[in-house]
Formats: sequence, C-alpha cells, structure tokens
Amino acid sequence: MIEVNSISFCYHKDWVLQDVSFQIEKGEFIGVIGPNGSGKTTLLKILYRLLSPQKGEILFDLIPLKRMSRRDIAKRIAVVAQETHLLFPFSAMEIVLMGRSPYLGHWMFEDEKDLEIAKKAMEWTEVLPFSERAIDELSGGERKRVFIARALAQEPEVILLDEPTANLDIHHQIDFLDLILTLNREKGMTIVMASHDMNIASEFCDRLVLLQKGKIYKIGDPKEVITKENIERVYGCEVWVDQNPFSGMPRINLLKKSLLKREVR
Amino acid sequence: MKIITLKKVILISTLLSLLLCFIILLSITVGSVRVSFPRSIQILFQSILNLEGGGTETERAIILSIRFPRAILAGLVGAGLSVSGAILQALLRNPLADPYILGVSSGAAVGAIIAILMGLSTLSFGLPLASFVGALLTVMMVFYFGRQNGKIHPNTLLLAGVIIGSFLSALIMFFISVSQKEELHTIIFWLMGDFSFSNDQAILVIFPYILFGILLLYLHARQLNLILSGEENAVQLGVDVERLRLISYLSASLITAASVSVCGLIGFVGLIIPHSVRLIFGPDHRLLIPSSALVGASFLIASDMFARTLLAPIELPVGVITAAFGGPFFIYLLRTRKVIKTL
Repeated sequence: MIEVNSISFCYHKDWVLQDVSFQIEKGEFIGVIGPNGSGKTTLLKILYRLLSPQKGEILFDLIPLKRMSRRDIAKRIAVVAQETHLLFPFSAMEIVLMGRSPYLGHWMFEDEKDLEIAKKAMEWTEVLPFSERAIDELSGGERKRVFIARALAQEPEVILLDEPTANLDIHHQIDFLDLILTLNREKGMTIVMASHDMNIASEFCDRLVLLQKGKIYKIGDPKEVITKENIERVYGCEVWVDQNPFSGMPRINLLKKSLLKREVR
Repeated sequence: MKIITLKKVILISTLLSLLLCFIILLSITVGSVRVSFPRSIQILFQSILNLEGGGTETERAIILSIRFPRAILAGLVGAGLSVSGAILQALLRNPLADPYILGVSSGAAVGAIIAILMGLSTLSFGLPLASFVGALLTVMMVFYFGRQNGKIHPNTLLLAGVIIGSFLSALIMFFISVSQKEELHTIIFWLMGDFSFSNDQAILVIFPYILFGILLLYLHARQLNLILSGEENAVQLGVDVERLRLISYLSASLITAASVSVCGLIGFVGLIIPHSVRLIFGPDHRLLIPSSALVGASFLIASDMFARTLLAPIELPVGVITAAFGGPFFIYLLRTRKVIKTL
C-alpha cells in the first residue's frame, strides 16, 4: 500500500533519516521504535508530506506522494499527533467536524451527512457525551479519543499515531490501544504508530521498525526485533528481555545498574 | 448544537446589517446642519429610487454628497480594518496584532507625509495614491525580508514588520521635525486618522480592494479555523498552509493599505473589534469575518459621527474617538464576558 523507497532527509546539515526503505501493507499495524532523535517523528511527518525527503520517494498505491494534493492525502491518511495545542477552545464536536475538511474544500459549512459521520466517529470512540464541551476542559485521555474521532471522520485508509500513549496513565493507555486495535482488526484500518514504549509496541504491533540514528537497524515481527542484542546495541544500555507470560510476546525489563552487575557476576 | 451553520451566520449577519443600516441613517441626520431623521431618510431613499423632490437643495447636497458618502467610506474602512485585524491576529497567533503590525501603516504614513511636504495633498488623488504606494512598497519589503527559505514564518514576518516599521517611524519623525507649521497640522491629523481628507472618488477606488479582500478571506474562513489549531494540524487536514498564508497576508495587507490611504491611521478599530466580536460570537472565522466587518463598519461610522459633532464646529480626528470609546468598552467586555484564553 505504501512503499518507502530509500528516503533520506536532513533539516540543515545533519541527516535525520538515511536511506530508509520499507513497505506498509494494507491492514497492517506497524510500530516505529527507536531512541530519542532516531527519526521516528520525522518519518511519520514524511509519510503525510508535512516534510519532503531530499532523496528517495514514497509511493501510495503506486502514486508518488509528492504528486498528490494536500486534500487527497488528508482523505487517505489521518494523523493523531502527540499533543495538539489549540489557540482557541473549540468544542469537541467542532474538532471532530474539522476532520471533514478535506471533503469540503472551499465549501464553508458541514451538512447533515458530515454531522452524521462525526457523530458516528464520536460514538465509536465514546466521546459523544462530551461533544459540546470545550476541548481544554477534557482530560488527556478524553482529548486523545476526540482526536481519534477526528481522524475517523476523515474516513482515511491509514492512521498515523505519534507517541499516542505518551501522557496517559496505564488505564487510558490500554483503553486507547484497544480502541486502535479494534479499528485495525475490525475496520481493516492500516496503523503506523511511533512509540517510545517498546512493550506496548511489542504487544500490539504486527511488525516493528527499529530505527537507529536515522537508519533502519532491524525490521520484522516483534520477536525478531525486540531481542536483548538489538535493544542493547541501539539504545546503548543493558536490559533484560523475557516473554510476557500471557501473550508470549517479548518484554523488556529495565534494571538498575547495581542489579545488572550482580546478575553478570 | 453550538456548531456554526449557514443559517446562524445568515441570521446574525442580517441582524448586524440592520444595526449598520440604522447607524448609517442616524449618522446622516446629525451634524452641524440638523436635518430631521424622517426627512433625511426621505431624501436618501428618494435619491436611491431616482425620485424628485424632498428637502431643500442644501439639505440634499449635505446628505447626498457629504454625509452619506462619508458614512459609506467610514463603513468600508471600519469593515476592512476589523477583518484585516482579525486575520492577522489568527495568522500571527498574536492577540496584540492589528492591521498595522506588519508596518503597512508606517509605509503609508511615509508616503502620505512625502505627498504633504511636496504639496501633493491638494491634488484630489495625491495623498491617497502616495500613501497607498508607500504601504504597498512596505508590504513587499516586509515579505521579502520576512521569508526564510521561501517560506513565511509568522515570527520572522512579525519581526521584519516591526523592524521595518520602526525604521520608517524614524523617517516619519525626521519629516515631522523638518516640516512647517501648516504642514504639521495636516500630518498630525493624517497620523491620527481623519475622514476629512477623503472625497467621493476615494470610495470608488478603495471599494473593490476592501470588498474583494474580505470576500477572498471569507472564502478561506474554514481553512483559517484549521490554521488556528496549528500549522501541522492544518496540513494534516489537507490545507495548503503556504498558499493560505500568502493569500491571507496579502489580502489583509491590501485591505489595510486601501483603508489607510484614504483616511490615515485610524487606530484601535482593527485591534478591539475582532476581539470584541470573538468574545461575543466565538472564534470561528465563518462567523467572525462577516460579523467583524459589520460591527467594525457600524463602530467606525458611529465614531465618525461623534468626531464630527462632539465639539462642532471643530472636527476631531476620528482616531481620538475610536480610542476613547473603544478602550473602555473593550475593558468592559473583557471583565464581564468569559475571557478567551489566549487570543
């Protein structure tokens, strides 16, 4: 569905991404992991052409992304960013309706159909009861779900998530990720998620892309990617990798240095 | 539902248009020569419908060729400055932004002062033309210096505007310090904003700029809402941010240039009208643009009315009135309405 063909990107002089190639299949749930500054967010931004790579290209269903109009991209790719700062306290419903924007163009007002789609999206993410509340009155978890609803209102084929669980407590993390997983499994939505939390990525994603300093270090299913060697090499710290006893997926355990030393001896 | 619908926009715009009409009618009746309210309405409508009679020759002349055109001009300028201010506040994400923040005013002032000093202000188009050219040159300069890698960054643009503005202010001060007493009076009045410079043709000249500018901005009202939620956000929702920025900055600058060229620097309207309207109707540009235009027009016509009559026969610069009445009213709104957080 999406082909990333050896893209390289630099902000000023330093390459943030170098010769990155991979493919995203329809209906996949892909996780992008890596240390701070490894290029996760940049990669996502390139995927919806907020940034354009200096080298290489991205094909969306064989069409080069750079030839698509902004509106066409927004009809197919929705983005849920880390934290969205709004200058004005728009209501939750207004925010979700903004998701209809790519379909409206210059036409100024949403019609019944748009309202229906927005309501359905809000029902789905369980934020319909707050539809008239101002976005800054909602909790972090509720706000995230409003933005997911906005993404759904775009009726996209792909949803890009940037650190979706960053400032949520574990309850909201799991609620949120289950919602995304349902979207992926039941609606066949393709998901690309950049995440710091490798355990979450390991549990939820079909495939992982492990970035190191702008290059792909390893790509594959979680069991291939999250190994003690890979993680220690990329992150430069010692970890203990075992299996989650329930799911059988790899699990990273962080240990204090003193404990690690005892283990080694 | 709190959602802005076409119906709501039409309803509010109609109500505000009625207010505007009432203020226009009121403004043509008051003045140093008093013409009664029904009489002036009669004169106006008869002339619109091309009917004969109604009122004396003098009354007709006062209403049709002095007060009515002046009210229309004040309305156009008020609408233009308010919309331009609203747009710049949103684009620059700065609540202190007003139509003059990008230096348009100083450029226009330099143009106008040069025209006054060279004696061009006696020609019917000398003053407006010179200030319009000054404003446009400044806008071009600000855009040239305010771009980075061919892209417009709000903060860079703002800084370029402020700095070019202060440079031009130095020029203005220089010109003022070398000018003669009679010229000084004209210059000061121009700097404070004054409709007595204008004439009928001025309306015809600025009308298309202001109307077209506001319409063009209104066409992008929904996209402007999206840009309020951040540039990245707007891109995610399919807005071509670069193009939108360019169109909006240029329209706002053109509107401002056209406005100041006919009546000088009328302060405050472009700052407080958008804020007041936002406090009352909310931040959505689909409603904000038309209501700012209508409220701004009404406000400036009313201010001009006071400027003409308060100390009659002396005419005050309208800028004095806008600041004196607008300030306290805005403070009142700020204290009584739920304050909108950032803008």
